[in-house]
Formats: sequence, C-alpha cells, structure tokens
Amino acid sequence: MIISVASGKGGTGKTTIAANLALALAQNVQFLDCDVEEPNGHIFIKPEIEKTTTIGTPIPVVDEGKCTYCGKCQKICEYNAIAVILKNVLVFPELCHSCAGCWLICHENAISTRDRELGVLEQGKANGIDFVHGRLRLGEAMSPPLIRRVQQQLDMSKTIIIDSPPGTSCPVIQAVKHSDFVILVAEPTPFGLNDLKLAVEMVRTLKLPLGVVINRSDIGNENVRNYCQMEGIDILMEIKNDRKIAEAYSRGIPLIEIEPDYADRFRELYAQVERRVAR
Amino acid sequence: MKEIVIISGKGGTGKTTITAALASLVKNNVIADCDVDAADLHLILNPDIRQQEDFFSGKTAFIRQGDCTQCGKCVEVCHFDAISPDFVVDPVSCEGCGVCVAFCPAYAIDFNQNLCGQWFISKTRFGSLVHAKLGIAEENSGKLVSLVRKQAKQMAKKENAEYIIVDGAPGVGCPVISSITGASAVIVVTEPTLSGLHDMKRVVSLAGDFFQLSTFLCVNKADLNPDITEKMMEFCDTNGVHFAGRVPYDESTTRAMVEGKNIFEFKPGPAAAAIREIWAEVEDTLRGNKN
Ligand code: SF4
Ligand code: SF4
Ligand code: SF4
Ligand code: SF4
Repeated sequence: MIISVASGKGGTGKTTIAANLALALAQNVQFLDCDVEEPNGHIFIKPEIEKTTTIGTPIPVVDEGKCTYCGKCQKICEYNAIAVILKNVLVFPELCHSCAGCWLICHENAISTRDRELGVLEQGKANGIDFVHGRLRLGEAMSPPLIRRVQQQLDMSKTIIIDSPPGTSCPVIQAVKHSDFVILVAEPTPFGLNDLKLAVEMVRTLKLPLGVVINRSDIGNENVRNYCQMEGIDILMEIKNDRKIAEAYSRGIPLIEIEPDYADRFRELYAQVERRVAR
Repeated sequence: MKEIVIISGKGGTGKTTITAALASLVKNNVIADCDVDAADLHLILNPDIRQQEDFFSGKTAFIRQGDCTQCGKCVEVCHFDAISPDFVVDPVSCEGCGVCVAFCPAYAIDFNQNLCGQWFISKTRFGSLVHAKLGIAEENSGKLVSLVRKQAKQMAKKENAEYIIVDGAPGVGCPVISSITGASAVIVVTEPTLSGLHDMKRVVSLAGDFFQLSTFLCVNKADLNPDITEKMMEFCDTNGVHFAGRVPYDESTTRAMVEGKNIFEFKPGPAAAAIREIWAEVEDTLRGNKN
C-alpha cells in the first residue's frame, strides 16, 4: 500500500505526520521523501545512508562536423532549449526537458547526449525503515524528473509512506499520483483552509481517496472542520498545539519519542487508512 | 525602484504574514504575490479586482481516435510515458513536448495551448497588488511568476513606486528561481528548527551564491529554539548574509489572520515591533547607510 502525505503549503506538519507514521509502524516500511527541494524526513528518521547516486537527465550535444544547420531540432523543441543561428547550434541546458525530440528528429545523427545533473538520490536504513530521498541540485529548476527517480525505488512488498512536496502543481502530482491514499495535513487557520481546499481539489483531480489530519488543532477557528464536514472528508487525527512538541520538532526529535502515547495514535491512523483503502 | 522578494525555502515559516506586514509598513509600494501555487496573501489584503486575464502556457497532446491508424509511433517516441497502449494521452503526464505530434504519420494529434490559470491586478488598502491563481495540477508556475513580476514592475513604473514587495514562492526549484532572478534584495524568513536551518542554508546559498543577490535573514518565532537562532546568526556572519532580526512567537499573529488583518492592524504586539525594526534595518542597508 502507498500512502502519500501532502499539503497545499509546506510547514503544516506534513513531514511530522509522514515521519512519525513510518516510525510508529517501524516494520516492513519504506519511507520515500519526494520533497526533493527541501527534504527534511531524514532529520527525524535519522537513516544511515548506504548508497548515494548522482542523478542526471540527458541533454543534447551537437557534433557540428555532422550538422547541416537544417534547423529541425530548433523547430521541434517546445522549450527553446536549442537554437540554430547561422552556422551555430546553441544548447541552453537549463531549459531542456529531455524530451528527446531533437535527437530523434536529426537526420544527420549529429546529436548525442550528455547528462545534466539534477541532484542526488540517497538510500539507507533506520530501525526497520527503508529510507530513500532525493536532493535537488541548487540552481536546478526541474524537480519532477528527480521525483520520478525517487519513485522508481518503490518496493511494493512494503508499506510505503511518501512525504510529498507541498503545493498543487507538477511536482506534487508526480509524487502522489500512484498512491492508494492521500493524507492531507492542514492547520485550522484561514491560510490553512485556503491551502487545504486547493490540495483537496488536486487530490480529487487525480481521483484518489483522501483524509485530513489537523495539526495545531487548537489554534485558529472551526472553519477547517466545518469545511471537511460539508465536503464529507474524514478527519483522521488531530494534534494539539503544544510548545513541547514544537521545541522537540525544532531539535529533530520525533513526536512519538517525547509523547509515546502518540505511537498508538499513529498506528491507529494507519489502521484507519487501511480500512478506507480496503473498502 | 527596488524589488524586495520575501522567500522562505520551507513553507509555513510566516513568509506571507511578514509580507502582509511589510506591505502596510512600506509606503509608496506595489505588492506582488508570486506564491501562485498556494496564494494566501489575498486573504489579508482583501483585493478589489480591477483587471483579470487568462494565463495560457504549455500545450497538451490529444489524439483524434478517428484519424489514428494505431501505428504505435507516438508511444515509442514519448519520453514521459504519457500515452497509453490504446493511444490515449494522459493530460496529467503529458509534458507538452510535441514530439508525438511531429512524428505521427497520420497527423492525428492535436496540440493546443492550455489555460493554466488567471492573473489579476487589484487595489488593496496597502497599494496595488498583482496576483495570480495557477490552475490545479498545472505546470509552468515559473512562467506565471515571471509574468506577475513583470506586471508589478510596469505598475510600479506607472505609479512611480519606490518599492515592489514580493511574496515569493517556496522551495528552491523553478517557481522560486523565477521569483528572485534579478531582484534588488531577498529577505529569507525562517524558523529556528533543524529543518528550518537546513532549508534556510539551501535557499540562502541559492539567492546569495548562485544568483549573487543581496540577502537578508529574518528568524521568525526566534524564541522557540534560541540555540538554533544563534547558529543562524553565526551562519549569516560567516556567509555574507545580512541578519535583519528576530521576530518573537506572538499568538496575536494567528488571531490577526483569523480576522483577515495584518499584525499592525490587529493589536500590535512584540512581533509587530520586531518587524518594524527589521524593515528599518533592511531599508538602511539598501540605502547604503550600512553595510
Ligand atoms: S537537426 Fe541535426 S542537422 Fe539539423 S540543425 Fe539540428 S543538429 Fe544540425
Ligand atoms: S531534448 Fe527536447 S527539450 Fe531538450 S533540447 Fe532536445 S528538443 Fe529541446
Ligand atoms: S503516431 Fe499517430 S497514428 Fe500512430 S498511433 Fe500515435 S496517434 Fe495513432
Ligand atoms: S506531447 Fe510529448 S509528453 Fe505529451 S504525449 Fe506527446 S510526446 Fe508525450
């Protein structure tokens, strides 16, 4: 089973939920941190990294000896990543989406490829959890291809927990689209409600089942709960606003370590998800 | 005209709350919301929309089944696994590269522009606002961010504004790169947590080292973990980042948000006072009174 933990906006406690859920199960679990722009799961899961792989994406290299400057590559490229100017072919690596169009269309076989580095993939273990995350190279704009690589590590024999990137656009879609269930984390504030509505719309676009966890449940107002009730969305769990929890978080200490009662609550959260997926 | 972009690396650090506060503090400014993926600033600024435009960007392939000869070429050339074995394009996976369109021998593939969202020009009680809404599951947020900034610049010229205050996008990828490229200065809002420290270092190095922008750091809820706040100040010292100040945890921040007000309008507490000092620090530095 694949459970994604997502939110319309970062900083709502998404990583707290994902990491503690993994730590509470701690058996036959795989944790994939797909928030490759800001991977934070490792701070709480504390895996021993066993394998680091540099991930690249192919971009064109033009052999001007073979090139006839026909301009076909420029014409097919939707991203203006390759341009033929007089007797020169220019490649703009950071604009290239690796669609392969230019080297498929080039009749002169003048285009080979090299890799542009997207970032690194790190894999390791921590008490019963298989851990995988990607870390986007600074200055790299495209995260979805790296997220795709993190997801290729999926081990379907395990319970998979995905810490998704925040938002509702391409990176999140890439992260959550294969899930069996999406847990959305929200705060009961006006910003929180606004972000939750966007996230719900996103999950519904993908036609996936979802439930909500309310974090810092005693701040703000009742509007998030009212919204969930109106929309028929189940609230699976609530976590109080507690300075002790916030301080532990700030030091990278998992919630279930300072409040051991929560271990059962996270296992109950898992059981609830399981029941809903089985339905 | 100076363009100040407020970013955070990680979301939820109080970036938008601080942007809303600065928007009222800085007189003669234009405001831009570049957090187009999950815009919240309008909840405080309550904009009166004066102009609304559609945002088209990127294309999606569509196979006309009637014209398709099922030759299989499109599936073979699509590098994004966006075409099913029975020749239907999944619009969510389609990257709009057009390679299938170019290779289809039957010319059976339509390739139209996507309506990706809307952008707006509004009046607010703190000045003109340019903002946008990206459609759900859409791409090209970077392009929409660039568009919002361009419109805000035109507006600022027209109004002879001294500052553009920009609520930037989260993360370190495409939307944030589009938010900060060529800006006058960046204010990074962070929280004193291990994840905050980790993300702050990444985004500061993106803004400062990679894009060579004048960078300020502001630690929100600084009293939550004074040790990490201290570490962040040291990091600023050794990395050429201006430390702009600390904002204490102040529960009136959330209460102001619930009422749709910024923190100066609600009941100015310790956080409001701190933000006033931070702006003074930023303005002094930018005017060259300090370095
Ligand atoms: S398609 Fe090939 S031959 Fe034509 S301009 Fe491009 S690289 Fe040169
Ligand atoms: S691989 Fe695709 S995006 Fe990259 S340069 Fe070639 S045509 Fe353009
Ligand atoms: S390439 Fe064109 S004709 Fe061939 S299967 Fe695809 S859509 Fe049909
Ligand atoms: S436009 Fe590109 S991504 Fe979309 S279906 Fe065609 S080949 Fe695949």
